[in-house]
Amino acid sequence: MIEAQGLTKRYGKTLAVDDLSFSVTPGKVTGFLGPNGAGKSTTMRMILGLDNPTAGQVRIGGKRYHELHHPLRTVGALLDAKWVHPNRSARAHLAWMAKSNKISPRRVDEVLETVGLSAVANKRAGGFSLGMSQRLGIAAALLGDPEVLLFDEPVNGLDPEGILWIRKFMHRLAEEGRTVFVSSHLLSEMALTASELVVIGKGKLISQSSTDDFVARASENSVKVRSPQLDVLRDALTRASATVAAADDGVVVSGLDIAKIGEIAMDNGVVLHELSPQRGSLEQAFMQITGDSVEYHADLEAEARQALAPTAN
Amino acid sequence: MTLLAVERIKLLSTRSPWWCALVALVVTAGFTALVVGNADEQFPATVATTQFGYSFGLAVIMVLAALAVTTEYRFGTIRTTFQAIPHRGSALLAKTTVIAALALVIGEITAFVCWGLSMLLQPNADLALNSTADWINVAGVGVVYAISAVIAAAVGILVRHSAGAISLLMIYSLAVESLVQLIPSIGDDIYEWLPFNVANKFLMGDGGSNSGRAADAGMPLSTSPLSPGWALAYFAGFAAVLLAIAITTAKKRDA
Repeated sequence: MIEAQGLTKRYGKTLAVDDLSFSVTPGKVTGFLGPNGAGKSTTMRMILGLDNPTAGQVRIGGKRYHELHHPLRTVGALLDAKWVHPNRSARAHLAWMAKSNKISPRRVDEVLETVGLSAVANKRAGGFSLGMSQRLGIAAALLGDPEVLLFDEPVNGLDPEGILWIRKFMHRLAEEGRTVFVSSHLLSEMALTASELVVIGKGKLISQSSTDDFVARASENSVKVRSPQLDVLRDALTRASATVAAADDGVVVSGLDIAKIGEIAMDNGVVLHELSPQRGSLEQAFMQITGDSVEYHADLEAEARQALAPTAN
Repeated sequence: MTLLAVERIKLLSTRSPWWCALVALVVTAGFTALVVGNADEQFPATVATTQFGYSFGLAVIMVLAALAVTTEYRFGTIRTTFQAIPHRGSALLAKTTVIAALALVIGEITAFVCWGLSMLLQPNADLALNSTADWINVAGVGVVYAISAVIAAAVGILVRHSAGAISLLMIYSLAVESLVQLIPSIGDDIYEWLPFNVANKFLMGDGGSNSGRAADAGMPLSTSPLSPGWALAYFAGFAAVLLAIAITTAKKRDA
Protein backbone atom coordinates (compact mmCIF):
# COMPACT_ATOMS: atom_id res chain seq x y z
CA MET A 1 0.00 0.00 0.00
CA ILE A 2 1.47 3.31 -1.11
CA GLU A 3 -0.25 6.58 -0.26
CA ALA A 4 0.90 9.94 -1.55
CA GLN A 5 -0.60 13.11 -0.16
CA GLY A 6 -0.04 16.52 -1.69
CA LEU A 7 3.37 15.40 -2.91
CA THR A 8 5.24 18.37 -4.39
CA LYS A 9 8.77 18.71 -5.70
CA ARG A 10 10.23 21.96 -6.91
CA TYR A 11 13.60 22.32 -8.63
CA GLY A 12 14.32 26.02 -8.66
CA LYS A 13 11.54 27.49 -10.78
CA THR A 14 10.28 24.22 -12.25
CA LEU A 15 7.55 22.37 -10.45
CA ALA A 16 8.38 18.74 -11.24
CA VAL A 17 5.62 17.26 -9.12
CA ASP A 18 2.63 19.38 -8.19
CA ASP A 19 0.36 18.49 -5.27
CA LEU A 20 0.11 14.85 -6.27
CA SER A 21 -2.17 12.56 -4.25
CA PHE A 22 -2.88 8.94 -5.13
CA SER A 23 -2.92 5.51 -3.58
CA VAL A 24 -1.69 2.15 -4.80
CA THR A 25 -3.38 -0.94 -3.41
CA PRO A 26 -2.04 -4.48 -3.01
CA GLY A 27 -2.99 -7.45 -5.18
CA LYS A 28 -2.91 -5.73 -8.53
CA VAL A 29 -0.55 -4.06 -10.92
CA THR A 30 -0.99 -0.29 -10.85
CA GLY A 31 0.38 1.60 -13.80
CA PHE A 32 1.95 5.01 -13.38
CA LEU A 33 1.42 6.66 -16.70
CA GLY A 34 2.58 9.98 -18.04
CA PRO A 35 4.52 11.49 -20.92
CA ASN A 36 8.29 11.82 -20.62
CA GLY A 37 9.16 14.51 -18.11
CA ALA A 38 5.82 14.29 -16.31
CA GLY A 39 7.50 13.65 -12.96
CA LYS A 40 7.17 9.87 -12.73
CA SER A 41 10.78 9.16 -11.79
CA THR A 42 10.89 12.07 -9.36
CA THR A 43 7.78 10.69 -7.65
CA MET A 44 9.34 7.23 -7.46
CA ARG A 45 12.53 8.69 -5.95
CA MET A 46 10.43 10.51 -3.35
CA ILE A 47 8.61 7.27 -2.47
CA LEU A 48 12.04 5.73 -1.79
CA GLY A 49 13.23 8.67 0.29
CA LEU A 50 15.99 9.49 -2.20
CA ASP A 51 14.62 12.94 -3.01
CA ASN A 52 13.06 15.09 -0.32
CA PRO A 53 9.59 16.39 -1.22
CA THR A 54 9.21 20.18 -1.13
CA ALA A 55 5.79 19.60 0.42
CA GLY A 56 3.48 16.71 1.15
CA GLN A 57 4.46 13.19 1.99
CA VAL A 58 4.30 9.62 0.83
CA ARG A 59 3.80 6.61 3.09
CA ILE A 60 4.34 2.92 2.53
CA GLY A 61 2.06 0.80 4.68
CA GLY A 62 1.60 3.85 6.88
CA LYS A 63 5.30 4.52 7.36
CA ARG A 64 7.67 6.94 5.74
CA TYR A 65 10.54 5.26 3.90
CA HIS A 66 13.27 6.15 6.39
CA GLU A 67 11.13 4.79 9.24
CA LEU A 68 11.18 1.31 7.71
CA HIS A 69 13.39 -1.20 9.46
CA HIS A 70 15.48 -3.05 6.86
CA PRO A 71 13.60 -1.29 4.03
CA LEU A 72 14.62 -3.76 1.31
CA ARG A 73 12.40 -6.32 3.03
CA THR A 74 9.36 -4.07 2.63
CA VAL A 75 10.01 -2.21 -0.62
CA GLY A 76 11.87 -3.51 -3.64
CA ALA A 77 12.58 -1.13 -6.46
CA LEU A 78 14.07 -1.04 -9.91
CA LEU A 79 14.55 2.60 -10.83
CA ASP A 80 17.48 2.31 -13.21
CA ALA A 81 19.01 -0.96 -14.35
CA LYS A 82 22.35 0.78 -14.87
CA TRP A 83 22.78 1.54 -11.16
CA VAL A 84 25.38 -1.19 -10.79
CA HIS A 85 29.14 -0.88 -10.57
CA PRO A 86 30.30 -2.21 -13.96
CA ASN A 87 33.29 -4.03 -12.47
CA ARG A 88 31.35 -5.76 -9.75
CA SER A 89 29.87 -9.20 -10.36
CA ALA A 90 26.11 -9.69 -10.27
CA ARG A 91 26.51 -11.88 -7.20
CA ALA A 92 28.68 -9.34 -5.34
CA HIS A 93 26.15 -6.60 -6.16
CA LEU A 94 23.34 -8.61 -4.60
CA ALA A 95 25.57 -9.85 -1.77
CA TRP A 96 26.20 -6.41 -0.32
CA MET A 97 22.54 -5.47 -0.65
CA ALA A 98 21.52 -8.68 1.15
CA LYS A 99 24.09 -8.09 3.88
CA SER A 100 22.86 -4.53 4.46
CA ASN A 101 19.34 -5.71 5.34
CA LYS A 102 20.34 -8.97 7.04
CA ILE A 103 18.92 -11.08 4.23
CA SER A 104 20.31 -14.61 4.05
CA PRO A 105 23.09 -15.05 1.45
CA ARG A 106 21.16 -18.06 0.12
CA ARG A 107 18.48 -15.64 -1.06
CA VAL A 108 21.01 -14.14 -3.50
CA ASP A 109 21.25 -17.40 -5.41
CA GLU A 110 17.48 -17.82 -5.24
CA VAL A 111 16.72 -14.50 -6.90
CA LEU A 112 19.47 -15.02 -9.47
CA GLU A 113 17.77 -18.31 -10.30
CA THR A 114 14.34 -16.63 -10.49
CA VAL A 115 15.50 -14.10 -13.07
CA GLY A 116 17.64 -16.64 -14.91
CA LEU A 117 21.05 -15.11 -14.26
CA SER A 118 22.65 -17.99 -12.34
CA ALA A 119 24.98 -18.81 -15.22
CA VAL A 120 26.46 -15.31 -15.32
CA ALA A 121 26.36 -14.60 -11.56
CA ASN A 122 30.11 -14.17 -11.29
CA LYS A 123 30.52 -12.15 -14.46
CA ARG A 124 31.03 -8.40 -14.22
CA ALA A 125 27.75 -6.51 -14.51
CA GLY A 126 29.29 -3.97 -16.91
CA GLY A 127 29.29 -6.60 -19.64
CA PHE A 128 25.58 -7.32 -19.33
CA SER A 129 23.12 -6.54 -22.10
CA LEU A 130 20.24 -4.21 -21.29
CA GLY A 131 17.91 -7.17 -20.84
CA MET A 132 20.31 -8.85 -18.43
CA SER A 133 20.78 -5.60 -16.50
CA GLN A 134 17.02 -5.30 -16.18
CA ARG A 135 16.88 -8.83 -14.85
CA LEU A 136 19.61 -8.07 -12.35
CA GLY A 137 17.66 -4.98 -11.29
CA ILE A 138 14.56 -7.12 -10.80
CA ALA A 139 16.59 -9.65 -8.82
CA ALA A 140 17.74 -6.79 -6.57
CA ALA A 141 14.15 -5.62 -6.15
CA LEU A 142 13.01 -9.13 -5.18
CA LEU A 143 15.92 -9.75 -2.81
CA GLY A 144 14.09 -8.90 0.40
CA ASP A 145 10.87 -10.65 -0.67
CA PRO A 146 9.10 -7.27 -0.33
CA GLU A 147 5.36 -6.57 -0.22
CA VAL A 148 5.74 -3.44 -2.28
CA LEU A 149 7.50 -3.30 -5.64
CA LEU A 150 8.31 -0.25 -7.73
CA PHE A 151 9.50 -0.43 -11.31
CA ASP A 152 10.42 2.63 -13.34
CA GLU A 153 10.02 2.06 -17.10
CA PRO A 154 11.02 -1.60 -16.81
CA VAL A 155 10.42 -2.50 -20.44
CA ASN A 156 12.33 0.41 -21.95
CA GLY A 157 14.66 -0.85 -24.62
CA LEU A 158 13.77 -4.50 -24.17
CA ASP A 159 13.07 -6.94 -26.99
CA PRO A 160 9.54 -8.39 -27.29
CA GLU A 161 10.54 -11.54 -25.44
CA GLY A 162 11.90 -9.51 -22.54
CA ILE A 163 8.79 -7.33 -22.47
CA LEU A 164 6.54 -10.39 -22.31
CA TRP A 165 8.67 -11.89 -19.54
CA ILE A 166 8.46 -8.74 -17.43
CA ARG A 167 4.73 -8.37 -18.03
CA LYS A 168 4.04 -11.94 -16.88
CA PHE A 169 6.35 -11.45 -13.98
CA MET A 170 4.45 -8.39 -12.73
CA HIS A 171 1.17 -10.22 -12.98
CA ARG A 172 2.60 -13.05 -10.92
CA LEU A 173 3.86 -10.66 -8.25
CA ALA A 174 0.44 -9.01 -8.04
CA GLU A 175 -1.29 -12.38 -7.85
CA GLU A 176 0.87 -13.19 -4.85
CA GLY A 177 -0.84 -10.24 -3.16
CA ARG A 178 1.94 -7.70 -3.49
CA THR A 179 1.60 -4.04 -4.30
CA VAL A 180 3.10 -3.50 -7.75
CA PHE A 181 3.59 0.04 -9.02
CA VAL A 182 5.05 0.34 -12.48
CA SER A 183 5.67 3.47 -14.51
CA SER A 184 5.59 3.85 -18.25
CA HIS A 185 5.04 6.47 -20.91
CA LEU A 186 3.33 3.93 -23.17
CA LEU A 187 -0.39 3.47 -22.64
CA SER A 188 -0.48 0.44 -24.92
CA GLU A 189 2.03 -1.27 -22.65
CA MET A 190 0.13 -0.28 -19.52
CA ALA A 191 -3.17 -1.46 -20.98
CA LEU A 192 -1.68 -4.96 -21.11
CA THR A 193 0.15 -4.86 -17.80
CA ALA A 194 -1.85 -2.77 -15.35
CA SER A 195 -5.41 -3.07 -14.09
CA GLU A 196 -5.29 0.30 -12.30
CA LEU A 197 -3.86 3.51 -13.67
CA VAL A 198 -2.49 6.63 -12.03
CA VAL A 199 -2.08 9.11 -14.85
CA ILE A 200 -0.02 12.27 -14.47
CA GLY A 201 1.01 15.09 -16.75
CA LYS A 202 3.38 17.93 -15.91
CA GLY A 203 3.53 16.73 -12.33
CA LYS A 204 -0.23 16.94 -11.77
CA LEU A 205 -2.66 14.07 -11.29
CA ILE A 206 -4.87 13.66 -14.35
CA SER A 207 -6.80 10.63 -13.23
CA GLN A 208 -6.79 7.56 -11.06
CA SER A 209 -9.12 4.84 -12.29
CA SER A 210 -9.19 1.32 -13.60
CA THR A 211 -7.41 0.84 -16.90
CA ASP A 212 -10.65 -0.15 -18.68
CA ASP A 213 -12.40 3.03 -17.53
CA PHE A 214 -9.50 5.15 -18.59
CA VAL A 215 -9.29 3.57 -22.02
CA ALA A 216 -13.06 3.80 -22.56
CA ARG A 217 -13.13 7.40 -21.46
CA ALA A 218 -10.07 8.21 -23.49
CA SER A 219 -10.92 6.71 -26.84
CA GLU A 220 -13.79 8.66 -28.29
CA ASN A 221 -15.88 6.03 -30.06
CA SER A 222 -16.46 6.63 -33.73
CA VAL A 223 -18.15 4.63 -36.45
CA LYS A 224 -17.08 4.09 -39.99
CA VAL A 225 -19.88 4.13 -42.56
CA ARG A 226 -19.73 3.24 -46.26
CA SER A 227 -22.75 3.68 -48.48
CA PRO A 228 -23.56 4.36 -52.16
CA GLN A 229 -25.96 7.11 -50.94
CA LEU A 230 -23.45 8.88 -48.81
CA ASP A 231 -24.77 12.41 -49.48
CA VAL A 232 -28.28 11.62 -48.20
CA LEU A 233 -26.89 9.89 -45.15
CA ARG A 234 -24.43 12.68 -44.38
CA ASP A 235 -27.26 15.26 -44.28
CA ALA A 236 -29.42 13.03 -42.12
CA LEU A 237 -26.59 12.40 -39.67
CA THR A 238 -25.64 16.05 -39.49
CA ARG A 239 -29.26 16.88 -38.68
CA ALA A 240 -29.02 14.35 -35.82
CA SER A 241 -26.10 16.50 -34.59
CA ALA A 242 -23.38 13.95 -35.29
CA THR A 243 -19.94 14.95 -36.51
CA VAL A 244 -19.22 13.55 -39.93
CA ALA A 245 -15.74 13.44 -41.40
CA ALA A 246 -14.73 12.09 -44.78
CA ALA A 247 -12.57 8.98 -44.77
CA ASP A 248 -11.03 7.20 -47.79
CA ASP A 249 -14.15 5.58 -49.26
CA GLY A 250 -16.77 6.51 -46.67
CA VAL A 251 -17.28 8.70 -43.63
CA VAL A 252 -16.33 8.50 -39.98
CA VAL A 253 -19.16 9.46 -37.68
CA SER A 254 -18.63 10.47 -34.10
CA GLY A 255 -20.95 11.67 -31.37
CA LEU A 256 -23.63 9.15 -32.24
CA ASP A 257 -24.34 5.61 -31.09
CA ILE A 258 -23.75 2.90 -33.72
CA ALA A 259 -27.34 1.57 -33.34
CA LYS A 260 -28.72 5.08 -33.84
CA ILE A 261 -26.73 5.48 -37.06
CA GLY A 262 -28.23 2.25 -38.39
CA GLU A 263 -31.74 3.45 -37.51
CA ILE A 264 -31.19 6.81 -39.23
CA ALA A 265 -30.00 4.99 -42.37
CA MET A 266 -33.07 2.77 -42.27
CA ASP A 267 -35.43 5.75 -41.81
CA ASN A 268 -33.90 7.44 -44.82
CA GLY A 269 -33.87 4.29 -46.90
CA VAL A 270 -30.10 4.38 -47.27
CA VAL A 271 -28.24 1.22 -48.24
CA LEU A 272 -25.22 0.54 -46.03
CA HIS A 273 -22.07 -1.25 -47.22
CA GLU A 274 -20.28 -0.94 -43.93
CA LEU A 275 -21.10 0.06 -40.42
CA SER A 276 -18.18 -0.64 -38.11
CA PRO A 277 -17.04 0.73 -34.75
CA GLN A 278 -13.62 2.37 -34.76
CA ARG A 279 -11.62 2.12 -31.56
CA GLY A 280 -9.32 5.11 -31.39
CA SER A 281 -5.80 3.93 -30.77
CA LEU A 282 -4.70 4.01 -27.19
CA GLU A 283 -1.87 6.33 -28.07
CA GLN A 284 -4.31 8.82 -29.55
CA ALA A 285 -6.47 8.55 -26.48
CA PHE A 286 -3.53 9.17 -24.25
CA MET A 287 -2.47 12.16 -26.30
CA GLN A 288 -5.98 13.55 -26.04
CA ILE A 289 -6.08 13.33 -22.29
CA THR A 290 -2.55 14.38 -21.50
CA GLY A 291 -2.29 16.65 -24.51
CA ASP A 292 -2.50 19.85 -22.52
CA SER A 293 0.09 18.76 -20.08
CA VAL A 294 2.91 17.67 -22.33
CA GLU A 295 5.98 19.69 -21.51
CA TYR A 296 7.26 20.33 -25.01
CA HIS A 297 3.91 21.54 -26.34
CA ALA A 298 4.11 24.45 -23.98
CA ASP A 299 7.66 25.13 -25.06
CA LEU A 300 6.74 25.09 -28.73
CA GLU A 301 3.83 27.40 -28.14
CA ALA A 302 5.94 29.85 -26.23
CA GLU A 303 8.56 29.71 -28.94
CA ALA A 304 5.99 30.32 -31.64
CA ARG A 305 4.56 33.27 -29.75
CA GLN A 306 8.02 34.71 -29.38
CA ALA A 307 8.75 34.32 -33.07
CA LEU A 308 5.42 35.89 -34.07
CA ALA A 309 5.45 38.71 -31.56
CA PRO A 310 6.05 42.10 -33.16
CA THR A 311 9.33 43.59 -32.06
CA ALA A 312 8.08 45.81 -29.31
CA ASN A 313 10.26 48.61 -28.00
CA MET B 1 29.16 -4.01 12.20
CA THR B 2 26.75 -4.99 9.45
CA LEU B 3 27.29 -1.70 7.68
CA LEU B 4 31.07 -2.10 7.88
CA ALA B 5 30.75 -5.56 6.33
CA VAL B 6 28.56 -4.10 3.57
CA GLU B 7 31.12 -1.45 2.72
CA ARG B 8 33.93 -3.99 2.88
CA ILE B 9 32.15 -6.17 0.29
CA LYS B 10 31.56 -3.12 -1.88
CA LEU B 11 35.12 -1.80 -1.68
CA LEU B 12 36.87 -5.10 -2.21
CA SER B 13 34.59 -6.48 -4.93
CA THR B 14 35.99 -4.02 -7.48
CA ARG B 15 39.50 -3.98 -8.79
CA SER B 16 40.52 -0.36 -8.30
CA PRO B 17 41.48 -0.62 -4.59
CA TRP B 18 43.84 -3.49 -5.36
CA TRP B 19 45.46 -1.57 -8.17
CA CYS B 20 45.75 1.57 -6.05
CA ALA B 21 47.33 -0.41 -3.20
CA LEU B 22 49.83 -1.94 -5.57
CA VAL B 23 50.66 1.40 -7.20
CA ALA B 24 51.08 3.08 -3.79
CA LEU B 25 53.49 0.38 -2.73
CA VAL B 26 55.51 0.28 -5.95
CA VAL B 27 55.78 4.04 -6.37
CA THR B 28 56.78 4.68 -2.76
CA ALA B 29 59.19 1.76 -2.57
CA GLY B 30 60.71 2.66 -5.93
CA PHE B 31 61.33 6.22 -4.86
CA THR B 32 62.78 5.09 -1.53
CA ALA B 33 65.12 2.69 -3.34
CA LEU B 34 66.38 5.53 -5.53
CA VAL B 35 66.99 7.84 -2.59
CA VAL B 36 68.44 5.32 -0.16
CA GLY B 37 70.36 3.42 -2.82
CA ASN B 38 72.17 6.59 -3.83
CA ALA B 39 72.88 7.82 -0.29
CA ASP B 40 76.44 8.92 0.38
CA GLU B 41 78.44 10.65 3.13
CA GLN B 42 76.91 14.00 2.33
CA PHE B 43 73.38 12.58 2.28
CA PRO B 44 73.48 9.56 4.58
CA ALA B 45 70.59 7.13 4.87
CA THR B 46 68.51 7.71 8.01
CA VAL B 47 65.16 6.45 9.23
CA ALA B 48 63.63 9.67 7.91
CA THR B 49 65.16 9.04 4.48
CA THR B 50 63.50 5.62 4.27
CA GLN B 51 60.10 7.35 4.43
CA PHE B 52 61.08 10.10 2.01
CA GLY B 53 58.63 8.90 -0.62
CA TYR B 54 55.53 8.64 1.57
CA SER B 55 53.78 11.56 -0.09
CA PHE B 56 53.76 9.69 -3.43
CA GLY B 57 51.83 6.83 -1.86
CA LEU B 58 49.66 9.39 -0.07
CA ALA B 59 48.51 10.85 -3.39
CA VAL B 60 47.52 7.40 -4.61
CA ILE B 61 45.65 6.67 -1.37
CA MET B 62 43.67 9.87 -1.68
CA VAL B 63 42.74 8.93 -5.25
CA LEU B 64 41.58 5.52 -3.99
CA ALA B 65 39.51 7.05 -1.19
CA ALA B 66 37.93 9.70 -3.40
CA LEU B 67 37.14 7.14 -6.11
CA ALA B 68 35.55 4.76 -3.61
CA VAL B 69 32.95 7.48 -3.00
CA THR B 70 32.65 9.18 -6.39
CA THR B 71 32.23 5.95 -8.37
CA GLU B 72 29.15 5.28 -6.23
CA TYR B 73 27.73 8.56 -7.47
CA ARG B 74 28.98 7.95 -10.99
CA PHE B 75 27.28 4.56 -11.27
CA GLY B 76 24.21 5.39 -9.18
CA THR B 77 24.97 2.73 -6.58
CA ILE B 78 24.86 5.44 -3.91
CA ARG B 79 21.09 5.53 -4.48
CA THR B 80 20.87 1.77 -4.04
CA THR B 81 22.94 2.22 -0.89
CA PHE B 82 20.60 4.87 0.52
CA GLN B 83 17.64 2.71 -0.48
CA ALA B 84 19.08 -0.17 1.53
CA ILE B 85 20.27 2.08 4.36
CA PRO B 86 18.07 5.20 4.53
CA HIS B 87 20.14 6.55 7.43
CA ARG B 88 22.70 8.17 5.23
CA GLY B 89 24.92 9.28 8.10
CA SER B 90 25.57 5.71 9.23
CA ALA B 91 26.04 4.49 5.67
CA LEU B 92 28.61 7.17 4.83
CA LEU B 93 30.38 6.85 8.18
CA ALA B 94 30.72 3.09 7.67
CA LYS B 95 32.03 3.67 4.16
CA THR B 96 34.63 6.19 5.36
CA THR B 97 35.72 3.88 8.19
CA VAL B 98 36.33 0.99 5.81
CA ILE B 99 38.27 3.20 3.39
CA ALA B 100 40.38 4.59 6.27
CA ALA B 101 41.07 1.07 7.58
CA LEU B 102 42.26 -0.03 4.16
CA ALA B 103 44.46 3.08 3.89
CA LEU B 104 45.94 2.30 7.31
CA VAL B 105 46.85 -1.22 6.24
CA ILE B 106 48.33 -0.08 2.92
CA GLY B 107 50.25 2.69 4.74
CA GLU B 108 51.79 0.35 7.30
CA ILE B 109 52.76 -2.20 4.67
CA THR B 110 54.26 0.51 2.48
CA ALA B 111 56.18 2.14 5.34
CA PHE B 112 57.70 -1.08 6.62
CA VAL B 113 58.46 -2.38 3.13
CA CYS B 114 60.33 0.89 2.43
CA TRP B 115 62.20 0.63 5.71
CA GLY B 116 63.07 -3.04 5.13
CA LEU B 117 64.18 -2.29 1.58
CA SER B 118 66.45 0.45 2.88
CA MET B 119 68.03 -1.97 5.40
CA LEU B 120 68.84 -4.27 2.49
CA LEU B 121 70.26 -1.49 0.34
CA GLN B 122 72.32 0.15 3.11
CA PRO B 123 73.15 -2.62 5.60
CA ASN B 124 75.81 -0.47 7.25
CA ALA B 125 73.62 2.58 7.88
CA ASP B 126 72.01 3.08 11.28
CA LEU B 127 68.38 2.43 10.38
CA ALA B 128 67.30 0.68 13.59
CA LEU B 129 64.09 1.98 15.11
CA ASN B 130 65.46 2.93 18.51
CA SER B 131 63.55 6.03 19.49
CA THR B 132 59.93 7.18 19.65
CA ALA B 133 60.66 9.59 16.83
CA ASP B 134 61.95 6.72 14.66
CA TRP B 135 58.87 4.62 15.36
CA ILE B 136 56.47 7.48 14.66
CA ASN B 137 58.24 8.27 11.43
CA VAL B 138 57.71 4.74 10.11
CA ALA B 139 54.56 3.47 11.80
CA GLY B 140 52.90 6.89 11.63
CA VAL B 141 52.71 6.75 7.84
CA GLY B 142 49.72 4.41 7.98
CA VAL B 143 47.95 6.74 10.38
CA VAL B 144 48.53 9.73 8.11
CA TYR B 145 47.29 7.68 5.14
CA ALA B 146 44.13 6.74 7.06
CA ILE B 147 43.33 10.32 8.07
CA SER B 148 44.09 11.58 4.56
CA ALA B 149 41.72 8.93 3.23
CA VAL B 150 38.99 10.38 5.45
CA ILE B 151 39.70 13.84 4.01
CA ALA B 152 39.60 12.47 0.47
CA ALA B 153 36.36 10.56 1.13
CA ALA B 154 34.76 13.71 2.59
CA VAL B 155 35.79 15.71 -0.48
CA GLY B 156 34.40 12.88 -2.64
CA ILE B 157 31.04 13.07 -0.85
CA LEU B 158 30.93 16.84 -1.27
CA VAL B 159 32.08 17.04 -4.90
CA ARG B 160 30.55 13.74 -6.17
CA HIS B 161 32.49 13.81 -9.47
CA SER B 162 35.67 11.76 -9.77
CA ALA B 163 37.64 14.22 -11.87
CA GLY B 164 36.63 17.20 -9.77
CA ALA B 165 37.34 15.57 -6.42
CA ILE B 166 40.68 14.11 -7.49
CA SER B 167 41.98 17.28 -9.09
CA LEU B 168 40.93 19.31 -6.05
CA LEU B 169 42.74 16.92 -3.70
CA MET B 170 45.86 16.64 -5.83
CA ILE B 171 46.20 20.31 -6.58
CA TYR B 172 45.67 21.20 -2.96
CA SER B 173 47.97 18.66 -1.37
CA LEU B 174 50.74 18.79 -3.96
CA ALA B 175 50.74 22.47 -4.89
CA VAL B 176 48.48 24.86 -3.04
CA GLU B 177 49.83 24.21 0.45
CA SER B 178 53.42 24.93 -0.46
CA LEU B 179 52.49 27.86 -2.70
CA VAL B 180 50.74 29.57 0.22
CA GLN B 181 54.22 30.23 1.63
CA LEU B 182 54.84 32.62 -1.23
CA ILE B 183 52.20 35.05 0.01
CA PRO B 184 54.19 37.97 1.44
CA SER B 185 54.37 38.41 5.24
CA ILE B 186 51.34 36.26 6.22
CA GLY B 187 52.08 33.28 3.94
CA ASP B 188 54.31 31.46 6.44
CA ASP B 189 51.87 32.06 9.29
CA ILE B 190 49.04 30.51 7.31
CA TYR B 191 51.21 27.63 6.12
CA GLU B 192 52.00 26.66 9.71
CA TRP B 193 48.36 25.66 10.15
CA LEU B 194 47.65 23.92 6.84
CA PRO B 195 46.70 20.27 7.42
CA PHE B 196 49.27 18.37 5.33
CA ASN B 197 52.10 20.51 6.70
CA VAL B 198 50.85 19.73 10.21
CA ALA B 199 50.63 16.01 9.34
CA ASN B 200 54.27 16.18 8.33
CA LYS B 201 55.09 17.59 11.77
CA PHE B 202 53.53 14.50 13.34
CA LEU B 203 55.72 12.21 11.22
CA MET B 204 59.01 14.09 11.31
CA GLY B 205 58.74 15.94 14.60
CA ASP B 206 61.83 18.11 15.07
CA GLY B 207 63.98 15.85 12.96
CA GLY B 208 64.80 13.22 15.62
CA SER B 209 64.47 10.42 13.09
CA ASN B 210 67.03 12.14 10.91
CA SER B 211 69.66 11.16 13.50
CA GLY B 212 72.21 13.90 13.49
CA ARG B 213 72.01 14.57 9.81
CA ALA B 214 72.09 18.22 8.80
CA ALA B 215 68.52 19.44 8.69
CA ASP B 216 68.96 21.18 5.36
CA ALA B 217 70.21 17.97 3.73
CA GLY B 218 67.03 15.94 4.29
CA MET B 219 63.40 16.34 3.71
CA PRO B 220 62.38 19.82 4.85
CA LEU B 221 60.93 19.73 8.35
CA SER B 222 57.42 20.96 9.04
CA THR B 223 57.06 24.56 10.14
CA SER B 224 54.12 23.73 12.41
CA PRO B 225 54.57 24.98 16.01
CA LEU B 226 52.58 22.02 17.41
CA SER B 227 54.10 19.03 19.17
CA PRO B 228 53.84 15.76 17.17
CA GLY B 229 50.96 14.61 19.40
CA TRP B 230 48.98 17.80 18.96
CA ALA B 231 49.84 17.83 15.28
CA LEU B 232 48.15 14.42 14.94
CA ALA B 233 45.13 15.64 16.89
CA TYR B 234 44.90 18.75 14.71
CA PHE B 235 45.13 16.75 11.47
CA ALA B 236 42.56 14.22 12.67
CA GLY B 237 40.29 17.03 13.88
CA PHE B 238 40.49 18.71 10.48
CA ALA B 239 39.46 15.43 8.79
CA ALA B 240 36.61 14.90 11.27
CA VAL B 241 35.20 18.40 10.69
CA LEU B 242 35.39 17.97 6.92
CA LEU B 243 33.63 14.60 7.14
CA ALA B 244 30.91 16.04 9.40
CA ILE B 245 30.27 18.82 6.86
CA ALA B 246 30.18 16.28 4.02
CA ILE B 247 27.73 13.97 5.79
CA THR B 248 25.45 16.84 6.81
CA THR B 249 25.39 18.01 3.21
CA ALA B 250 24.68 14.51 1.88
CA LYS B 251 21.77 14.12 4.30
CA LYS B 252 20.06 17.27 3.09
CA ARG B 253 20.71 16.70 -0.58
CA ASP B 254 18.64 14.68 -3.03
CA ALA B 255 20.57 11.50 -3.72
